[in-house]
Amino acid sequence: MANLTINGKTVTLEVEPDTPLLWAIRENAGLTGTKYGCGIAQCGACTVHIDGVAMRSCGVTVSEAEGKKITTIEGLASGNSLHKVQEAWIAQDVPQCGYCQSGMIMAVAALLNEKPKPTDADIDEAITNICRCGTFQQVREAIHTIASA
Amino acid sequence: MNKHVSPKMNRRAFVIGTATLGAGLAIGLDIPFGGPAVVRAADGSPEIGAWVVIRPDDTVVIRVARSEMGQGSLTGLAQLVAEELECDWTKVTTEYPTPGQSVARKRVWGDFSTGGSRGIRSSQDYVRKGGATARMMLIQAAANEWKVPASECTAANSVITHAPTGKSTTYGKVAEAAAKLTPPADVKLKDPKDWKLVGKGLLRLDTADKTTGAMIYGIDVKLPGMLNAAIKDCPVFGGKLKSFDEAKIAGMKGVRKVVKVGDTAVAVVADTWWHAKTALEALPIVWDEGDNAKVSSESIAKWLAEGLDDAQPAFVGNKNGDAKAAIAGAAKKVEAVYNYPYQNHATMEPMNATALYTADKCEVWCGTQNGEAAFAAVLEASGLPAEKCDVHKVMPGGGFGRRGQTDYVRQAVAIVKQMPGTPIKLLWSREEDMAHGRYHPITQCKMTGAFDANNNLIALHYRLSGQSILFSLRPEALQNGMDPAAFQGVAQTGEAAFGYSVPNLLVEHAMRNPHVPPGFWRGVNVNHNAIYMECFMDELAHAAGQDPLEFRRKLMGNHPKHLAVLNAVAEKIGWDNPAPQGVYRGIAQVMGYGSYVAGAAEISVTDGSKIKVHRIVASTDPGYIVNPAQVERQIAGSFVYGLSALFYGGCTVKDGRIEQTNFDTYNSMRINEMPKVESVMVPSGGFWGGVGEPTIGIAAPAVLNAYFAATGKRIRSVPLRDQNITFA
Repeated sequence: MANLTINGKTVTLEVEPDTPLLWAIRENAGLTGTKYGCGIAQCGACTVHIDGVAMRSCGVTVSEAEGKKITTIEGLASGNSLHKVQEAWIAQDVPQCGYCQSGMIMAVAALLNEKPKPTDADIDEAITNICRCGTFQQVREAIHTIASA
Repeated sequence: MNKHVSPKMNRRAFVIGTATLGAGLAIGLDIPFGGPAVVRAADGSPEIGAWVVIRPDDTVVIRVARSEMGQGSLTGLAQLVAEELECDWTKVTTEYPTPGQSVARKRVWGDFSTGGSRGIRSSQDYVRKGGATARMMLIQAAANEWKVPASECTAANSVITHAPTGKSTTYGKVAEAAAKLTPPADVKLKDPKDWKLVGKGLLRLDTADKTTGAMIYGIDVKLPGMLNAAIKDCPVFGGKLKSFDEAKIAGMKGVRKVVKVGDTAVAVVADTWWHAKTALEALPIVWDEGDNAKVSSESIAKWLAEGLDDAQPAFVGNKNGDAKAAIAGAAKKVEAVYNYPYQNHATMEPMNATALYTADKCEVWCGTQNGEAAFAAVLEASGLPAEKCDVHKVMPGGGFGRRGQTDYVRQAVAIVKQMPGTPIKLLWSREEDMAHGRYHPITQCKMTGAFDANNNLIALHYRLSGQSILFSLRPEALQNGMDPAAFQGVAQTGEAAFGYSVPNLLVEHAMRNPHVPPGFWRGVNVNHNAIYMECFMDELAHAAGQDPLEFRRKLMGNHPKHLAVLNAVAEKIGWDNPAPQGVYRGIAQVMGYGSYVAGAAEISVTDGSKIKVHRIVASTDPGYIVNPAQVERQIAGSFVYGLSALFYGGCTVKDGRIEQTNFDTYNSMRINEMPKVESVMVPSGGFWGGVGEPTIGIAAPAVLNAYFAATGKRIRSVPLRDQNITFA
């Protein structure tokens, strides 16, 4: 049993404390936008915000996440208005298969929070998600579009 | 797309299928009271032919049989239908028919297979006809209502107009009447010069849900009462499951059942997948690994190397003149041996399928590149007839050829059959996905080139040794034992034809099939053939003391389309001008999947081992381009996939199994390693080529040739990580 604060709501989940946060989010909280890619914090498909910081949720346990503010892709928009990263992703047709994009968007949103006008070097350092379709060019261009808006 | 539409049962409708989670459509067939039958979609709206449904509010639903997996062909195919339909693009939505529905209607939607870069090129003709047929029926219905000749009516933007009387109506208003008409026999398609939607870089139709987490992939499927399964198949291919000690995991949290899956695998079924996986890892399993456990990368390499010997038998795939005699008498000879390893598709979403089995029905929900193959797998694994089975396609988190296979579908059915009535989602761990791929085939290649005294290339002997995909997956396609696809990119004619004229040419394949199962991996045989041929062309050019571009051009006089893309790349990258200080260039070209592609890279190298790719230019001539924005993305994506394989890929074999287990040992490029790809599109018209795969062939050789230009060192082995070469 664990109390997690996900997307502004505190939920009590039937889950063991050593369960990776990723699986608690997907299977116990039922939020499937956060994806499983590797389980070893390599690919970034499971990226969520924990207290505003982009983290790979497969590498964080439920007990470590208790008491912290967790935001998943489903909680990124405010009400009916999409987050600026989501808007840019739609306007610039960034996703291909889209499977890695929840994590990619969460990583980009965290970067822009910290650095509203990131340089290419900032992007290179902060965005370490794997995308097998190869959307990197569109990701970079969309980030710059948001930054220059 | 893929929105759940609950079927509103029309009283007169006889429902053949059912709309289900994620994808699929219900189809009702009006019982005819005279006149042709009207087929209805889930919400009761009429079909105007199999490809188009028009709703009363003018929404246009376009059916797509091929699978979207990121390549954008869902949008491209809809553009092709909409072009002929003359409908309002802003009102277009799409849906997937299920394979079961298609089979029940005599395969009215044709082939579902989405591989070989065929999604658009192999269905463009009949889907455009589907759009044109619907347009003609809608116009006819309006003309009938107005009692005017159809030839006096025109349609644009979903509005039908009769200019002489000034009357107009919309598709939604005449759809019911149109659906009752007999489809026209003679359908004429537009001249490409009149296209309005085709050729435009329209935004994809499936993006919004991919940015909010709402898109349902196979891994996200939820059914009431569903359990989850984790699986381990014998890590040695061809080995079997000997035993497992279920008692050791009895009482572990959430575990419901431990099941044998065929002769080779065991699965744990639990309430959550995390519980299933945790228990599976604790389960003691004994494998009967068999003789294949003795096989290693070294033993495979030795066996393949023996195949490079001319004394060994080989299939001849392309030949003119007498290469061996010309080489024997040549003034100068150049010889080199290259190799290319196994590669895993490593789709971001590991293999998975959700199945439900009852005594009289078996349904599967999964991402698949071939709905009909998955359907056939369900029939076979369930033992039920076609009318009692179906497959509901959901978005795959990547395909790249892997999801054309149905092994994971069969496993899911084998598991669910042991728990009838309970839906079960089978999900592979990344480790299972790495261990049980359908790998890019392993090959080696020995090439010998010969020059006359004036440095003219007079002979080329290209001897490939290694694995055949068709031998393993489609033996019926072999020709007297020969795999014709092995010669992709170096074939005499066809959709992957060799682009050079050499007076004496011999291209042959010594087929050697190790036990590691091969598969169609994005680009397939074009990958290694283009690396071998294009790097060796570079070697020959340097041996002749000639510029690599000029050397190629001289051999390409009879191959104007190959040459045109090469020239386009050379011009764009500025081949005739020196590269910036410290930057070096490489170039390559190939034909594959009916398209002509070329690429050039600018790189710098630090300490001989740290490569920075500064610039990539790539051109393509696929004949026609439906959506240039998506073609551009496929070209750029092909470089990411191809260069990831070149730098970080390579699956090695030890004790009969694959050694790489996850992205830490089978890495993939990140954004910091990838420059912008500048695409040059030169569609020359008159033919339809594919775009998802051909470009991958020239990604690696463009960079490898640039590496030689920078260092004077020739790399003849992939991956680069084995040679301690990586990105700067």
